Amino acid sequence: MNAVATQLAQIALVLALAPLLTGFVRVVKARLVGRRGPPLFQPYRDLARLLRKEAVLAPNASWLFRAAPYLVFALTWLTAALVPGATAMLALGPTADLIALIAILASARFLLALAGMDVGTAFGGIGSSREVMFAAIAEPAMLMVTFTVALVAGSTALPEIARFVIGGGVGLEVSLALALIALVMVAVAENGCIPVDNPATHLELTMVREAMVLEYSGRHLAMIEAAAMLRLLAHAALIACIFAPWGMALSADPAALIWGLASFVGKMAVAGVALAVFETSIAKMRVFRVAEFLGGALMLALIGTVVRLMSEGLG
Amino acid sequence: MTADLLVAAAALLVLGFAGALWPRPDGAQIVVYGGSAIAAAALAGQALLALLGGGAATPVLTLPLGLPWVQAHFRLDALSLFFVLLLNLAAALVSLYALGYGRHEEAPHRVLPFYPVYLAAMNLVLAAADAFSFLVSWECMSVASWLLVLAQHREAANRHAAFVYLAMAGFGTMALLFAFGLLAGAQGDYSFAGMRTHDLTPVLAGAAIVLALIGAGSKAGLVPLHVWLPLAHPAAPSHVSALMSGVMTKVAIYGLVRIVFDLAGPPQWWWGALIMTVGAVTAVLGILHALLERDIKTLLAYSTIKNVGVIAIGLGLALVFRASGIGDFAALPFIAALFHALNHSLFKSLLFCAAGAVAHATGTRDIERLGGLIHRMPRTAFVALVGCFAIAGLPPLNGFVSEWLMLQSVFTSPSLPQPLLKLIVPVAGVMLVLAAALAAACFVRLYGIVFLGRPRSPDAAAAGETDAVMIWSMAAFAALCLVCGALPAPAIGLIEPAARAMVGAGLPDGGAGWLYLAPVAGKPSSYSGAVVLLAMIGFGLAVALLVHRLGWRSLRRAPPWDCGFPSTDPTTQYSGSSFAQPLRRVFGTVAFRAAETVDMPDPGETRPARFALSLWDPAWRFVFNPCARFVVWAAEHLNALQFMTIRRHLSFMFATLIALLLAVAAVAR
Repeated sequence: MNAVATQLAQIALVLALAPLLTGFVRVVKARLVGRRGPPLFQPYRDLARLLRKEAVLAPNASWLFRAAPYLVFALTWLTAALVPGATAMLALGPTADLIALIAILASARFLLALAGMDVGTAFGGIGSSREVMFAAIAEPAMLMVTFTVALVAGSTALPEIARFVIGGGVGLEVSLALALIALVMVAVAENGCIPVDNPATHLELTMVREAMVLEYSGRHLAMIEAAAMLRLLAHAALIACIFAPWGMALSADPAALIWGLASFVGKMAVAGVALAVFETSIAKMRVFRVAEFLGGALMLALIGTVVRLMSEGLG
Repeated sequence: MTADLLVAAAALLVLGFAGALWPRPDGAQIVVYGGSAIAAAALAGQALLALLGGGAATPVLTLPLGLPWVQAHFRLDALSLFFVLLLNLAAALVSLYALGYGRHEEAPHRVLPFYPVYLAAMNLVLAAADAFSFLVSWECMSVASWLLVLAQHREAANRHAAFVYLAMAGFGTMALLFAFGLLAGAQGDYSFAGMRTHDLTPVLAGAAIVLALIGAGSKAGLVPLHVWLPLAHPAAPSHVSALMSGVMTKVAIYGLVRIVFDLAGPPQWWWGALIMTVGAVTAVLGILHALLERDIKTLLAYSTIKNVGVIAIGLGLALVFRASGIGDFAALPFIAALFHALNHSLFKSLLFCAAGAVAHATGTRDIERLGGLIHRMPRTAFVALVGCFAIAGLPPLNGFVSEWLMLQSVFTSPSLPQPLLKLIVPVAGVMLVLAAALAAACFVRLYGIVFLGRPRSPDAAAAGETDAVMIWSMAAFAALCLVCGALPAPAIGLIEPAARAMVGAGLPDGGAGWLYLAPVAGKPSSYSGAVVLLAMIGFGLAVALLVHRLGWRSLRRAPPWDCGFPSTDPTTQYSGSSFAQPLRRVFGTVAFRAAETVDMPDPGETRPARFALSLWDPAWRFVFNPCARFVVWAAEHLNALQFMTIRRHLSFMFATLIALLLAVAAVAR
C-alpha cells in the first residue's frame, strides 16, 4: 500500500518538477553569461501557452504524427516515474530494470524519429537521421555503463543498486568513475545539450532534435517539450540514483520520506548547476564529431568494465 | 503425433501434385493454399497441445524407406515440437496470406506445385531421427525453395540468385554430411540415438561442430556464408520469401541446435565462443548491410541475417555456460535464443507479407520510389508499424523481450571461469546492443521512407489498399507480436521443455508474479511488457483526453513550415540513401570501405555532375571471389586429365585406390 502511494506521489512529483529543472538550468546559464535570464517558472508558462494555442498540421500529416507526441510523452513520463528519486519504494519498480528503462526511452525516440519523417520535409529527415545515428553509438555506451554498475552492485534493478550503494557496499572505484563520466556524456547527448545539440538554435544546419520536431505546434509541441523536460529529469535522477543515492528514503517513515524529497530536490539543483556550467564552458561541435564524442564514452565505459573485471581477478 | 506429422507431410505432397495437375489456376490456388493452411494449422495445434502437456518425446517411428540397412527414423522431442509449432504457425498464416496474394501471381504453375512440398520437407527435417532422412529432407527443402526462387526466372538477377543459392546449398549439405559422418563414426550407426551414445575424441567432435556450423550456418545466413541469402530470399514470391526468411532459417538453427546440443556430446567452451563470435559479427554486419540497402525485400533479408546472428549469440552463450558446468545459467540464453527465433519468425513473416503488399500495390520494391503509403494503404501501414516496432527491439513488443533476456544472460557472464570468455562476452553484448540500435535506425528509415512522407513516384501516389484476407493474416501476426511482447511468460513456457531436454535446466521462478519476467535466480532484475504497454496506451490516452478537454482542441491544416522554404517537390524530402548517410560515414567506411566520388564539371561545361557511391562486401572480397577464382583455375588445370589415354586413366585409379587403402589402414590403427 505504501509503495503504491509513493509510486503515485512519484508520478506526480516528476511531472511537477521537470519544468522547474529546465527553468533552473536556463536561469543559471543566463547568470553565468551575465544575463538576468527568464523567470524560474517560465517553462510552466510556456507549456500552458502552447496548450492553449491552436495546433497547425501540414495537409499530409498522418495519424502517426498526431499520436506520436502523446505516446512519446507517456513513455518518457513512465521512465521518469520508474527512476527512484525521493524514495526507492515504488510499486511499479519491477516494471523495468536499467536496460529496459533505456529501451523505453529508445521507443520514444523511435516514434519521434518517425514523426519527423511524416510530413516529408527536408528538415524532419535531417533531424531523424542524425538522431538515430547518435542513438546507435550512445546505446552501446549505455550498456557498458550498465554492465560496470551491475558488476559492482550485482543487479540491474535501480532500487537494488541504490540500496547497495547506500549500504556502503562500494568504496572509491576507478571503474565507477569511468562509468560516471561515460554516463554523463551519454546523458548530455540524449538530452540534446551543448556540445551535441543546441535546443535554442534555429540555425538550420546545426539543428538535430529541433529539426525533427520543426513541424509541431500548439498542444503537440507542448507534449514534446514536456517530454524533453521529463527526459532531462529522468537522466539526472538516474545519475543521482546510481552514483549518489544517499538521502533516498528506503522505508515508509515520514521523516525519511521528507528528507528523501529534500535531498532529491537538492541533488537535482546540483545537477542543474553542473549542466549549466558545462554547457556555458564548451562550444557546440560538428555533427560528425559527435560520433567521436560518443565513441569516447563507449571506450571509457569499456575500460571501466575491463578495470573492474581485472580488479576482481580474471582467474 | 509423429505419425500425424508424416500424414500431414504426405497430404502436402499430394497437394503439390494437385497444384501441378489442377485444370484451372483459380481453383488450384484455393486448393493448394487452403489445404496448406489447414494442414499447417492442424500441426501447429497438435504441437501446441503436446508442448502444453510437457513435451515428452515420442517413441521412434521406423519406416522401411531409403537405404535398407539404415531405414528412416522419425521422432519428435520437445525441441522438435517447439520448432514444429514455430514453423506451422507461420506457415498457416502465410498460406492464408497467399490465398489473397497468390491471385496476383504471374506464373502460378511455377509456385503452386512446389509450395506444399517445401512445407512438407521442412516439417520432415524437424521430425527426422537419423542422418539419412534428415539430409534427404534437408535437400528436398533446398531444392523446393530453389525452384520457388526460380518462379520468376525471366529476370536475370533471379537466375543468378538461384545459381548462387544452389551452389551454397550443395556446399552446406556436403558439410553437414561430413559432420554426420564424424558423429556416426567408422562403424556407422546413422540414427540419432546411435550418435548420442557414440563417444568422440575432442578433436573429432570439434571438427564435427565446425562442419555443422558451416552446413547449418550457410543455410541460416551466418557471416561469411550469408552471401546467397540477400540474393535468393527476395527473388522468390513474397509469401515464399516470408517462409524462407521467417521459417527456413529457423529450421537451419534447429539443425545446429540438434547437432551441437544433442548429438555432439559434452561441449567444450571454445565451441560456444566460436558460435558467439560468429553471431556477433553476423549481427552487426547484417544490419549495416540492411541500413544501406534500397530494395525493401533485400533489406528485410539482410535484417534476417542480423537476427540469425542474435540467435547465434544466445546459443553460443548457452554453450559456454553448459561447458563450464553452470547449467542453470545456460537455460537463460538458450531460451532467449529460441524465443528470439519464434519472435523473428512472427515479425519477419509479417514484414515480408507487408513488403509483398506494397510491391504489388505500387509495382516497385525500390524504397526511393515509394512514400506516403500510410494514407493510401492505412491498414497495411498500421500492421507494418507494429512489425517495425517489434523488429527494432523496442518495448513493449516481443523483439525487445528476447534481446533483454539475452542481455540479462550476458550480465551473468562474470561467473564464467575462463578469463578470455569474461572479456569476450561483454564485447558480444556491446555488439548485440549496437546491432539493436542500428536495427532501430534501419526500420525508422524503412518505415519513414516507404509509408511516411510524400509519394516519390506516380506509382506510389496511385497505390490502393490490399486484399482483406492479406490484411487479416498480417493482423494475426501483429497480434501475436503484441501478445508475445506484453505477456511473454506463456510463450517462454513452451520453450522450457526444450531447454530442460537440451541444457538440463529451465528458468528459475523469480517470484515476481505472472506480470513480471524475472529470469535470473536471486537477482531482482525484472521487466513487464504489459505494464509498459498499458502505460504507453493508458497514459497517452488519458493525457490526450485531458489536453483536449482542458486545452484548446482546434486544429488547422496549413502548408508545412520547413524553416520558411517548403517545397512541393517530393524529391526535396530526405531519401533512403540520405537518411543512411551519417551512419554510412560512421560505420560504412570501416566495414565496407564506403567511398563517395563526386564528379563536378567545371564552370562552363555542359556535362552533368555525377555522384557515385562504392561499397564492397568483405565476404565477397575475401572469401567468395578468391574461391571462385580458385575453382576456375583448378578447372582449367584439371581439364588436361580429360584427354588422357585409357592406360593412364587406369594407373591413376590404381594409385588412388592404393592411397585410400593406406589412409584407411592408418586410421584403423
